[in-house]
Amino acid sequence: MIRILNTVGELTLYYVNQAGRMGIFLAFVVFNIIKLPYYKISHVIKQIYIIGTLSVFVIVFTGAFTGMVLALQGYNTLSKFGSEGLIGSVVALSLIRELGPVLAALMVTGRAGSAICAEIGIMRISEQIDALECMAIDPHKYIMAPKFIAALASVPLLTAVFNVVGIFGGYIVGVKLMGANEGAFFTSMYRDVEFADISMGFIKSVCFGLLIVWICAAKGYYVHMERSGGFGAEGVSRVTTSAVVLSSVSILVLDYIITSLLI
Amino acid sequence: MNAQSMIQMIDVRKRFGAQEVLKGVNLSIFEGKTTVIVGESGQGKSLIIKHILGLMKPTSGKVLVNGKDINTISRKGLKEIRANFGVLFQHAALFDSMTVFENVALPLRERTKASEEEIRNKVAEMLTLMDLEGSGEKYPAQISGGMKKRVGLARALVLNPKIVFFDEPTTGLDIAKSNEIYRVFFRTQTKLGYTSVIVSHDVPKIFKLADYVALLYNGVIQDCLSPEDFQTSENPVIREFVEKTMGHIYESERMEG
Ligand SMILES: Nc1ncnc2c1ncn2[C@@H]1O[C@H](COP(=O)(O)OP(=O)(O)OP(=O)(O)O)[C@@H](O)[C@H]1O
Ligand SMILES: [Mg+2]
Repeated sequence: MIRILNTVGELTLYYVNQAGRMGIFLAFVVFNIIKLPYYKISHVIKQIYIIGTLSVFVIVFTGAFTGMVLALQGYNTLSKFGSEGLIGSVVALSLIRELGPVLAALMVTGRAGSAICAEIGIMRISEQIDALECMAIDPHKYIMAPKFIAALASVPLLTAVFNVVGIFGGYIVGVKLMGANEGAFFTSMYRDVEFADISMGFIKSVCFGLLIVWICAAKGYYVHMERSGGFGAEGVSRVTTSAVVLSSVSILVLDYIITSLLI
Repeated sequence: MNAQSMIQMIDVRKRFGAQEVLKGVNLSIFEGKTTVIVGESGQGKSLIIKHILGLMKPTSGKVLVNGKDINTISRKGLKEIRANFGVLFQHAALFDSMTVFENVALPLRERTKASEEEIRNKVAEMLTLMDLEGSGEKYPAQISGGMKKRVGLARALVLNPKIVFFDEPTTGLDIAKSNEIYRVFFRTQTKLGYTSVIVSHDVPKIFKLADYVALLYNGVIQDCLSPEDFQTSENPVIREFVEKTMGHIYESERMEG
């Protein structure tokens, strides 16, 4: 009994501690981002390339197939009610409000989030972060700030790409393949998509971008404090897995929260 | 002892689980002097350096740098103190996704407003000093262990630090190279007058460079003495260390002679 209480207490302390240090981490990074003139634009551009540009292919690919399958499913369902004309707005709304931000964020987590976590984790275990600190270079500023800015800029843009490609995919399948009316596809889309939908999608994508880079960077940064033991290659691989899982789960939870607040 | 001590460790203890590694370390580092920390492998020499750098917090005790407790000071204050440091880690801790050149250039890029040309000149000068010309474009994974050490030294010295910490600067170097490194230390120190803390196994050669020698044994600094006093110390632990590390030299001289 005492053993159980002990373990529960230890676990609670560990997670409270982890939440606390991740919060402080975020505060430091945000503070360093606001202190504008001190980081270099070239670092930010490099990170935008790594996080954003290199993700474009994956985003285009998944976006196209998501839009295509939406049109396929939507056409079959809508045709039961004789309202195939709505296919355009169904595809666009599902993408813009929901699937675009969520799926793009999940893809970025898998592609760039894991890379961020592993990179920073390796820097930690090989004392490179200690070395930076001893040179009086703040890792929050030097390593983190460019990654945060890049993620905040890239994820919304990638989401936009996802949506556009998705709608195009939906058009190909819905109109060209299934034979829905081309005019109805676009008019229903123009009619039903409102600014509120787009702003909801945008808010989501910004929040997800922050969430991904925050969780993945902080997890890597604190790999040496992991409960499961943050040692060596295995420690980094474990923390990377857990960062990807945690940010994916958090994206879905946050998605529900934002939706319920904005709907 | 006197007011010139730049770094003071006061009764520093460090415990990892059941193992107490540092058991009350008292050590003063004097301004402009070279203090060499010696001791067997695994005694906690690197740990002492990490405590002074503020990378590890003691379980109890205090570390003062310029009179300020490094563990309670503000982040800004800590950064200001560290701005005077030049550090060589035992495993060099080079940035492994940057070239040798970029490693050495990083402190200049991030901490000074030097132009690209000034950076290039300064880095080239440091690389020449460490006998590393032509390796600037290589990555840390593509150079030898001894070269990594020298890159780490170049990086530590590039900003003309006021206090330097070298954890085993010559381990893994051949004799000619390590002599050359000692000459570099001597030259840069007379030029810059920095305070240095060196961890080394290279006894007795390192004594030539040292103003003070401190022996870490059993979790405490046994004594911190000038090299001459150290070699003739009455302290039984120091005497045993001196005999063990320097004995073989006398012996081999006797056998040769
Ligand atoms: N993070 C840590 N967790 C647990 N134990 C540690 C940690 N760091 C160091 N130790 C222990 O502290 C002791 C001293 O380590 P340290 O690296 O300071 O030795 P050292 O004197 O520098 O040895 P060497 O001359 O071989 O470099 C070792 O027994 C080591 O196991
Ligand atoms: Mg050591």
